[in-house]
Amino acid sequence: MSMITADPQDVPKVEHFAFTPENLEKAKALMANYPPGRQASAVIGVLDVAQRQHGWLPRAAMDEAAKLLDMAPIRVYEIATFYTMFQLKPKGRYLLQVCTTTPCWLRGSDAIMKACEEAVDGKTFSLQEVECLGACVNAPVVQINDDFYEDLDADSMKKVLDAFRRGETPKPGPQVDRQTSAPVGGPTTLKSE
Amino acid sequence: MPKVKINGEELEVPAGITVLQACELAGLEIPRFCYHERLSIAGNCRMCLVEVKPGPPKPQASCALPVGDKQEIFTNTPMVQKARNGVMEFLLINHPLDCPICDQGGECDLQDQAMAYGFDRSRYHENKRAVPDKELGPIVKTSMNRCIHCTRCIRFATEVAGIEELGATGRGESMEVTTYVRHTLQSELSGCIVDLCPVGALTSKPYAFEARSWELGKTESVDVMDAQGCNIRVDTRGAVVMRVLPRLNDDINEEWISDKTRHAVDGLRFQRLDRPYVRKQGKLAEATWAEAFAAIAAKLGNLEGGKVAAIAGDQCDAESMLALKDLMDALGSPNIDCRQDGAKLDGPRGSYIFNAGIRGIDQADAILLVGSNPRWEAPVLNARIRKRYLHGPCPIGSIGPAVDLTYPVERLGAGPASLRELVDGKLSFFEKLKAAKHPLVIVGMGAVARPDGAAVLAMARELVEKLSAVREDWNGFAVLHTAAARVGGLDLGLVPGEGGRDVEGILAGCEKGEISAVYLLAADEIDTKRLGKAFVIYQGHHGDAGAHRADVILPGAAYTEKNGTYVNTEGRVQQGFRASYPPGEAREDWAILRALSDRLGKRLPYDTLDQVRSRLVVVNRSFGAINEQQPGSWGPFGQGGSASDSPFVSPITNFFMTCPISRASRTMAECTASRGQAMAAE
Repeated sequence: MSMITADPQDVPKVEHFAFTPENLEKAKALMANYPPGRQASAVIGVLDVAQRQHGWLPRAAMDEAAKLLDMAPIRVYEIATFYTMFQLKPKGRYLLQVCTTTPCWLRGSDAIMKACEEAVDGKTFSLQEVECLGACVNAPVVQINDDFYEDLDADSMKKVLDAFRRGETPKPGPQVDRQTSAPVGGPTTLKSE
Repeated sequence: MPKVKINGEELEVPAGITVLQACELAGLEIPRFCYHERLSIAGNCRMCLVEVKPGPPKPQASCALPVGDKQEIFTNTPMVQKARNGVMEFLLINHPLDCPICDQGGECDLQDQAMAYGFDRSRYHENKRAVPDKELGPIVKTSMNRCIHCTRCIRFATEVAGIEELGATGRGESMEVTTYVRHTLQSELSGCIVDLCPVGALTSKPYAFEARSWELGKTESVDVMDAQGCNIRVDTRGAVVMRVLPRLNDDINEEWISDKTRHAVDGLRFQRLDRPYVRKQGKLAEATWAEAFAAIAAKLGNLEGGKVAAIAGDQCDAESMLALKDLMDALGSPNIDCRQDGAKLDGPRGSYIFNAGIRGIDQADAILLVGSNPRWEAPVLNARIRKRYLHGPCPIGSIGPAVDLTYPVERLGAGPASLRELVDGKLSFFEKLKAAKHPLVIVGMGAVARPDGAAVLAMARELVEKLSAVREDWNGFAVLHTAAARVGGLDLGLVPGEGGRDVEGILAGCEKGEISAVYLLAADEIDTKRLGKAFVIYQGHHGDAGAHRADVILPGAAYTEKNGTYVNTEGRVQQGFRASYPPGEAREDWAILRALSDRLGKRLPYDTLDQVRSRLVVVNRSFGAINEQQPGSWGPFGQGGSASDSPFVSPITNFFMTCPISRASRTMAECTASRGQAMAAE
């Protein structure tokens, strides 16, 4: 029996959070999308800005967002805990979001998962199992920070991870000879002029 | 008015109501968990499913569905029954079914409705989810495994109490109701979420494992913790008051009561005066009634009336105050007062009651608070003002302490100078009041319980008269009292007679030795050090300030132990009933005064409670109309002259401890400890 709770206990205490001037600018631009008095609608965007700045979302950042948006802190906590995209605990530099939904699983996500689990150290890599990422045509798929790495197998997964570890950024998209979702090895139809 | 058919019977219902309400009008009970009359509609428990035609061929949540003309509603079809059974089965999947150890057992909506819709065994073989309990302070105990996520508590906190502190975090199976950050709820109404919780997730912490609902005697009564006169039900087991619950009264408290009303009653078990005492050689010694009366008779027997004085306390019933007044008259003393805080109120009835009535707040379209912090002085009334604020545009201004009232307030100033400017039309808020059809000026004790109170009161009168707020159909002059006994005392004329002294005069007289004997009727809010060498008779129920200074103590009854009449701040006469007997030798207060009068040779002309009550009506006709608000007469009151510059200060510094009962209460002490710092910061 597992104890469920949205409030993580074992996170480092962050006393203070402040938006950098550029990020504050970004947050204000998001708020300007909504009519006056409805600035709270920008909460998801503002939290995203905060998460990108800090790497994850400490409670201090949520409180800061609440202050900026003039809403009760609990309303921000509700949103931040509802969406799995908000990281309430510190994570590694790269967040590996491995899709294990049926199409990816049929195409071998178990091997991908295993490769990622071996790489996880909490500093460079963190792991999250996710539901369908919507790229089933290129299954199996892993989202690493903002990019999708597709058509993976155990070897190519390791190569991608090694590249990240070296500090490089491997090319996102299919890791086989394939242009986006087109057939492997080039087009097979509509080849004539 | 739409016509609907409910289970084949035609019914005309008001437009704009929901299907659930229509079914209730038809006398049908619809099971529900999340729906509550006084909260917004959530529609998330799905227990109230009904079949509606025309409509999609599936059950509909009746709480969130408006009625339409020619609608056919079915509440007893196989489809409805099956749907509700299904909902109940889902609700019970994660419910621990620990009714035998749950405090809600016996008064649990889930338990009751499971009797009608529950399945007799579980088809769910997985583990139930486990949710950590939350720390919500000394009033609310949590057992979050039992929570069914109806969100009533969240909606109450957000809408009625005005504290956005509770929320639902997580999603799906990991959803939980929480404050997220662990802290005591910063509300004076937090106990109400215990009543609202349809299961045992939120239960009363002070009452935890104390009693079962079916073993309690239930007595309807009236609260005396503040001047609002909230309607309560006192639950007793034997002689002990176990808990206090609200009673429905739309005119006064709707169905809320404050934490103090609800939980100060454990103070009734401690520090009680259960026998008479007489001071002998500087020490209070136990005595019999005869000895106590003899000591009083020896002292009062040869005193002239002007040397005797009496002060009535803040929680006295009208009967005992009347007996005190009659006794003082018989002794020839004009020195009597019921205004311990020195409030300068003794004009016509309209000058000291909440003329607009508490219901009038709903009607008001501009509100001015003068020297009042209603959040502490009358939390339920404050919630009513908040309800008005939520209902639509209503400018609210305040001259007085800067406090968070749970709704936005335009702060106009701190003291009499700002009020003067407002009356002279120099502040822009004056225009807002002027434009309002039903302006409401609420005058708190912070404005009138001060040496220049009469001048402030005169300014307030000038203001309402300038605003034409006192007319046939509306009286916007409203005094918000802090003492439950105050309006009753003023109605009975417990103010100094010709040449008499008020509280300040009595205390000054004691210091100078001009007053030789003082009768304190449960009066503890005065500076007892100033009583000097006077002979002090204290009649009351708690060993508080007054009893410590007393030379003779006569043990009386607390509000749950006597049949008493109380007049609330709006001038509504209400009767409370005895829930248990006073401890030991203690007696009902009017009867003590009656017995004493006999011993002093000034026998009061009544022998039974009915006779006292007949006399009440003779003294003031408004006592003849129980539960009705009698309009107050209007006339000149207050006094011209200049007011000082000192700001208005609310008389309450700690909401949780304002009377002998709440000062003796352990729960209130815990509340003070857990919220003391936050309150000091405010």
